[in-house]
Amino acid sequence: MPTFEQFRMPDAGEGLTEAEIVEWHVAVGDTVTVNQVILEVETAKSLVDLPSPFAGVVTQIHGAQGDTVEVGTVIMVVDVDPNGEPAEPVAPESGATAEVAAATDAPAVVTDTPAQPEASADAPVAAVDEPDTAPAAAPTDTPAKTDDASDSGSVLVGYGTVHGATTRRARRSAVRPTIAALEPSRDVLTVNRPGAGEAVRAKPPVRKLAKDLGVDLTAIAPTGPGGIVTREDVLAAQEKTDASKLATYSAQSAGSAASSGSDTSAGTGAGSNADAQGTKASSPRGGASAAPARTGGVTASGASAAGPVAGDALEDPSWLNSGTVSDDGRQTAVPVRSVRRRTAEAMVASAFTAPHVTVFHTVDVTKTMKLVERLRADKEFTDVRVTPLLITAKALMLAVSRHPEINASWVDEDQTIVYKHYVNLGIAAATPRGLVVPNIKDAHRLSLKGLAQGIADLTATARAGKTTPRDMSDGTITITNVGVFGIDTGTPILNPGESAILAFGAIRQQPWVHKGKIKKRWVTQLALSFDHRLVDGELGARVLADVAKVLEDPSRGLVWG
Amino acid sequence: MTDLLHHPLVEFTAEHAPLQFINERGERVENQQNAQFVRYLEHLNVDDLKNFYRDMMVVRRFDIEATALQRQGELALYAPLLGQEAAQVGSGQALAASDMVFPSYREHGVAHTRGMDMAKILQLFRGVDHGGWDSFEHNFHLYTLVIGSHALHAVGYAMGIQQDARMTAQRDAAAQHDAATQHSDAQAGAHFGDADAGEQGTTQPQADASSPDSASAAFRGDTSQDASHTGQAPQEAVMVYFGDGATSQGDVSEALGFAAVNNAPVVFFCQNNQWAISVPNSLQFKAPLYLRGSGFGVPGVRVDGNDVLAVHAATRWALEHARHGNGPVFIEAVTYRMGAHTTSDDPTKYRSREEEAHWRAKDPIDRIRLALEAEGAWSETDDAALSAELEGFGEYLRGYVRSLGAPEKSSMFEHVYATENVLVSEDKAWFAEYEASFVDAQGEAQ
Repeated sequence: MPTFEQFRMPDAGEGLTEAEIVEWHVAVGDTVTVNQVILEVETAKSLVDLPSPFAGVVTQIHGAQGDTVEVGTVIMVVDVDPNGEPAEPVAPESGATAEVAAATDAPAVVTDTPAQPEASADAPVAAVDEPDTAPAAAPTDTPAKTDDASDSGSVLVGYGTVHGATTRRARRSAVRPTIAALEPSRDVLTVNRPGAGEAVRAKPPVRKLAKDLGVDLTAIAPTGPGGIVTREDVLAAQEKTDASKLATYSAQSAGSAASSGSDTSAGTGAGSNADAQGTKASSPRGGASAAPARTGGVTASGASAAGPVAGDALEDPSWLNSGTVSDDGRQTAVPVRSVRRRTAEAMVASAFTAPHVTVFHTVDVTKTMKLVERLRADKEFTDVRVTPLLITAKALMLAVSRHPEINASWVDEDQTIVYKHYVNLGIAAATPRGLVVPNIKDAHRLSLKGLAQGIADLTATARAGKTTPRDMSDGTITITNVGVFGIDTGTPILNPGESAILAFGAIRQQPWVHKGKIKKRWVTQLALSFDHRLVDGELGARVLADVAKVLEDPSRGLVWG
Repeated sequence: MTDLLHHPLVEFTAEHAPLQFINERGERVENQQNAQFVRYLEHLNVDDLKNFYRDMMVVRRFDIEATALQRQGELALYAPLLGQEAAQVGSGQALAASDMVFPSYREHGVAHTRGMDMAKILQLFRGVDHGGWDSFEHNFHLYTLVIGSHALHAVGYAMGIQQDARMTAQRDAAAQHDAATQHSDAQAGAHFGDADAGEQGTTQPQADASSPDSASAAFRGDTSQDASHTGQAPQEAVMVYFGDGATSQGDVSEALGFAAVNNAPVVFFCQNNQWAISVPNSLQFKAPLYLRGSGFGVPGVRVDGNDVLAVHAATRWALEHARHGNGPVFIEAVTYRMGAHTTSDDPTKYRSREEEAHWRAKDPIDRIRLALEAEGAWSETDDAALSAELEGFGEYLRGYVRSLGAPEKSSMFEHVYATENVLVSEDKAWFAEYEASFVDAQGEAQ
């Protein structure tokens, strides 16, 4: 008779808590063998193939490509005895435990509707909603409940802790009377959740209804007295499922997505690929060709390079992946994950701890543009891209060498300022996965060509989505190239732990007073945000002025270099 | 910097060519160099060769299963040995049961040759205990995770063997002396001072059969002379396994120094697998590793670590050298870690596909298999039997690991001190009380 085994997301490195699903190699209904590679995941450390621990037929798969799944979450269920007699829905004598009872509910659903989007979407949401108070069962509260409660809820699988590492165990009230009040509510929660040896509470007609509708009882938050799943709960869950199934991106919404395609990709940075960081070979700024202003770059180099916008828009736009569409189809709620979450945390941490001041400078960069042209023709630089960003990076390095105290970090907990005697130059990059800020290690040691190579490597890595945590850690100062989007300038937010960030605006031809006459000149705006706790206005201003001086007259670099 | 980081595909000049008996095409090699070592292979027959092959296949299967178990969440970590099977099996098979082995943490293949159940190693990698075996059951010490420190432990152990031999010699000599001088107890007493003198190990009766020369020789650890006089050559040897990365640790150099001046019966077996995690040989040393011992007065030999016969011959020679009181030997087995350093790292981040392909062509198992086939020594029947054995072994390993369960939490206090310690006992009692303070501590079936 069918016997179901669950495969949980393992910790493929030491101490990882989540992994992103890159690709499934098996589907529901496939036969798998022991140690057959079933999926590829990406952890914070590396890409890893995961082998199946079981032989049998895949009956459930949870988590879609691109989903970030917590370690310990059931991602696959395998029937290891597929040729056995079909089990009765409730068959206490079969495999004995709750596992079978719970699991046997599931395949009935699964065989009808292979994918259970709401189930996989629900689990992470629950975990995100209640990170602290969720009972141990919550993170693993996926359709089929664990067989042996011994490791339920553990972050680490198999070898892991006995009790949920995400959760604090309740203490006896005698020991910690202050939290006694919390305990009843925990108990209620625990009762509500299907725990070990404890099935979901629902009356038989409701169970039948759920089964008929293909609704997974274990995924429903019960509202009835004593934690009972009611008929209304099931119907509500059904409605939710229907809504997300029916809502598609019709021609109408696709059209709007396409028409706003360029704006959207610029705004989110999602569609613009890593070109955003300014290796803009085709960017007019570099070529000094016509139509410089509207860096057409956004649509031309970014979005179109990433793929035909209109065609792709007919599919789910990537930023809506794994979202839940509202009942009326007018909104999509997308769980905040990995890069987006880290970005948000970093931005909040930075914006609300470091008092930001931004100074601006508009500068004539005509000489820099000419230099870029000359260098492009130089044999030394044949195999690297020379861009205005490169000269800007060099200018910033020179400014830092003249004002090393800008290259520092405020360490609040120690009440110290750590001055760095090296420069790890961060370059903010919009990638298909979101904003990342990898840095060029020891950029202060690099020649101009080395810097160009560094930027090229960093770009290629970011574009391939292979930027590692190490690439992004220990940055000391950052450049954000907002100009690539045709933007004049902005007030950048500091990369946490750094004390300055330079925004590099679009370069446009503008009327400019040059040698006493109004001339057409290449002009751009620079903005430097700095952490006012350790950088005074004077220092920030001097650094920006130095950057501007080099861009205005690159030969200044010879003097300062 | 780029140049430094460039990792050359290892090719040897004739001067530094490693000892080899079977090349990567599975052909027998005969040359002037390996002629000196031929006698260390003469005892081998076809069945022994087949056993090498079988052992290496078993070890590789262990590696594959353990890696998969880690990816399935059953192990916290695993250090793969893929590609190093010949270095481990060839050397391990050269050891005598009475020899002591100090492994680092990747010597699963050596454990197998010692007769140890490799499954026990996985207890460590599952985090169930600090190593699930008794070091003296198979004379295979627990794994040492601190890089290189066990080289000192090994030398200390080898010096202990010497000390034991000296004490035995002294006891025997004292017994002879007693027998010979029963008529003049008083005089002997004057010489010995008191009964403790014999145990000091440095005071020698002047009128003894063993000369003062031999006494001082023994003190210097010059057991070759000592042995020639007393016939008490150490019968045991010690072998310590470490990698190229460990040679950059001071401990290994210190160990070489102690071993050399004490003439300790220890063999330093360095598996140079080219990578110290992500650091290549080129960033660790300029001179070939097998020459590392020469400055200490420790002879070295470089051997093709992917040739099980070459490894076996060189190790047998080295152990013989050590056992006969000629002092330590340094073996560099040139091999390649085809997998990751551990399951927590990603070798594609620091080395090239070309390099991996280069070494895959030198696979240690492929070449012995080719040799066996060329010599008509391997049949389909052998294949079927072996693959059935491997399947069973894989199943056994998976079952073993999954049934390990969790250790009692209190067990963490058990191996801190050999004997009871008041502070640890207090901690243990406090922890038990703390554990009992949780509401779920009772009544829940775990």
